[in-house]
Amino acid sequence: MSKIAFVQKNKIPPSPAPISEVGVIGWLKQNLFSSWFNTLLTLLSIYFIFIILKDFIPWAWGGHWDTKSLRECLDLNPDVACFSVLTARWKQLLFGLYPAEEYWRPTVTFILLIFSIIPILFPKYFRFFWFSIIYPGLAIWLLWGGSIWSVGIVYIGFFLGVLLFILLLRNITKNMVITGISSILFVILFFIFFSNYLVKNLDIIIPISLPPVESLKMGGFTLSLIVGITGIVASFPIGILLALGRQSNLPIIKMICVGFIEFIRGVPLITLLFVASVLLNYFLPPGTNFDIVLRVIIMVTLFSAAYMAEVIRGGLAGLPLGQHEASSSLGLTYWQSQRLVIMPQALKISIPGIVNTFIGLFKDTTLVSIISLRDPVGLASTIRADQTWNGIYWELYVAIGLMFFVVCFGMSQYSQYLERKLKTDK
Amino acid sequence: MRKSLFMVLSSILLILGGQAAFSGGHSVTLDDVKARGNLLCGVSTGAPGFATVDDSGKDVGFDVDYCRALAAAIFGDPMAVKFVGLTSAVRFTALAAGEVDILARNTTWTYSRDTDLKQTFLGVNYYDGQGFMVKKDLGVNSTLELDGATVCIQVGTTTELNLADYFKENGMSYEPVPTADNAESQQQYLAGACDTYTTDASALHGTRVNLENPDDHLVLPEIISKEPLGPLVRHGDDNWADIGRWVLNALIIAEEKGITKSNIDSWKDTKDAEIHRLLGTGDDDILAMVGLPKNAMYNAIKAGGNYGEIFENNLGATSGINIERGVNASWTKGGILYSPPFR
Repeated sequence: MSKIAFVQKNKIPPSPAPISEVGVIGWLKQNLFSSWFNTLLTLLSIYFIFIILKDFIPWAWGGHWDTKSLRECLDLNPDVACFSVLTARWKQLLFGLYPAEEYWRPTVTFILLIFSIIPILFPKYFRFFWFSIIYPGLAIWLLWGGSIWSVGIVYIGFFLGVLLFILLLRNITKNMVITGISSILFVILFFIFFSNYLVKNLDIIIPISLPPVESLKMGGFTLSLIVGITGIVASFPIGILLALGRQSNLPIIKMICVGFIEFIRGVPLITLLFVASVLLNYFLPPGTNFDIVLRVIIMVTLFSAAYMAEVIRGGLAGLPLGQHEASSSLGLTYWQSQRLVIMPQALKISIPGIVNTFIGLFKDTTLVSIISLRDPVGLASTIRADQTWNGIYWELYVAIGLMFFVVCFGMSQYSQYLERKLKTDK
Repeated sequence: MRKSLFMVLSSILLILGGQAAFSGGHSVTLDDVKARGNLLCGVSTGAPGFATVDDSGKDVGFDVDYCRALAAAIFGDPMAVKFVGLTSAVRFTALAAGEVDILARNTTWTYSRDTDLKQTFLGVNYYDGQGFMVKKDLGVNSTLELDGATVCIQVGTTTELNLADYFKENGMSYEPVPTADNAESQQQYLAGACDTYTTDASALHGTRVNLENPDDHLVLPEIISKEPLGPLVRHGDDNWADIGRWVLNALIIAEEKGITKSNIDSWKDTKDAEIHRLLGTGDDDILAMVGLPKNAMYNAIKAGGNYGEIFENNLGATSGINIERGVNASWTKGGILYSPPFR
């Protein structure tokens, strides 16, 4: 007999973890009450959340939705929210002063927007990218109205230019510079000499037009989306070019890019908006009708492009020099190596920063209320100037905050999805 | 070199000549407005009673109605006007740059705005002034009893300077509670952070009506500053200024004479020659002097009524703001509203 008195022959089946370590209790213990300090923080947080909700929930839950004025709300029950202002004005908060019978146009524009960004956001639908190219023109036509051909002619012009470029390249010469320049010249000549004539005739042959709506009528969340999304879409490529320009070996390009970025970053956005709204009028000849929304979009785009450039430069700086050298040693040209090796990696690193800039830009669009545009924040003060609603603050700002939150949160969620998808170092 | 100098000189002469042509009896701005088919009127993006949009998106307000009268005088159609909402930050440049033809944006007429900013004020359509609101249970009935009070005051405004001057003049002390805008002042006042809050009296009245219990609050009777509000145009087109000024005067005279929107058609047989000149029912067509149709003022008054009616609808009892006429009554009723004769 061996000296060992007892040998366990079978493996003891694992016993369930103690109740204090699993399930709800375990989660609470691990995450909320793991030490006395965390317990204290937890209790304090619960207390503060309670204080806020204790007042907010009864206020919001019992709110009035169908009174005719603030006075009526106050007479019924002054301690709850008066959401009636939203019932009366939600259309204005969404569409600004856009004519009521044309509300379908901004609505359709934003539904189509979703379809136009899907091919960009999700690569498996990339075959629908053509719609993303058509969309900007379509959106401008839908929102501002007028003849479809005044927008369509831009597409026709560029289409002919690209066609000429391809034809020249195939049949005449392989020299990119000559074909490129001659195609551009052709497009310019087309717009100077033929476009007006063509628009006039197309209008007669196939008259498709919508009642025009001027920028004065644009407002509400529609305006925020117009300015924000156009700014986001346009600032991204400009930002990439500026970032590359800043790292370029060509001194003049580098100087221009550095100068631009540092100038724009050194100036507050509101200053640029004032330039757009006020100063440009002095420089332009009197009677020039340079649309105010367009001016604002240009300024917002330039502003965020400068920030975008620095974010992307951060991504570029994060790549080891070896990547550049390796791609050069493979015989790739500058643009090929940027497109195939450098940018995919640099942009991936910069995703959080890029989305950060996008979200910042979108929220900055509320600054346009200072230069008289009626974005939701500007409209809030217009609505308050109506004696019916004079004195309403929280209800309007809560609603506006929610609208912005939905869009910004959506952007943030997409960026996290993208980061997970592109994660290569698992 | 000499040739280019000659070019420059001759173009300067041309410009000067063009400017001289301005004063020849017709208005360039009026021509532009007529060619465009509508008037561009700069109003506030939101000033209670003065300019806002209603639930259906229509522009309404005291300043809005003045511009409708002006549009009616020019086109016979009170709807032939586009309202450009302007914040106080951009209003003067928008006018100077020609984005609007006229600015009717509860703007105080001051010396430097008139001269340095090169604008022409057409008159006063509302005599405002800085007032104080207190809670009734404070037991104060006059601003002179406010010694030692805490005052909510918007920083960086003329009201802040007026407040300091007024308390100093009267040998009183106060403790300022600085706020960013009227909204914050109101919240601080309601939360009890200050005994009284001060801003333009018209705004105080509008705010008070929509407080939880308006009767617990009192707008003190004293007005401590002059804030004459009025429409304005840019320098350089005196005929255009005349048109705007006399439309305003016509509305004031109409109230003085008792001509209202509803009874305007019943004055054909009056013996008052001024009424005939005003409504264009007499023989002489004096409105041709400024390039307006003979019945221009008839249309202007018909658009929104006389001055008193416009006041009632936007600021007075009908509007819910309940501002009393006070100094803004006609001179025949104890106010200081006084138009030069229409002849």
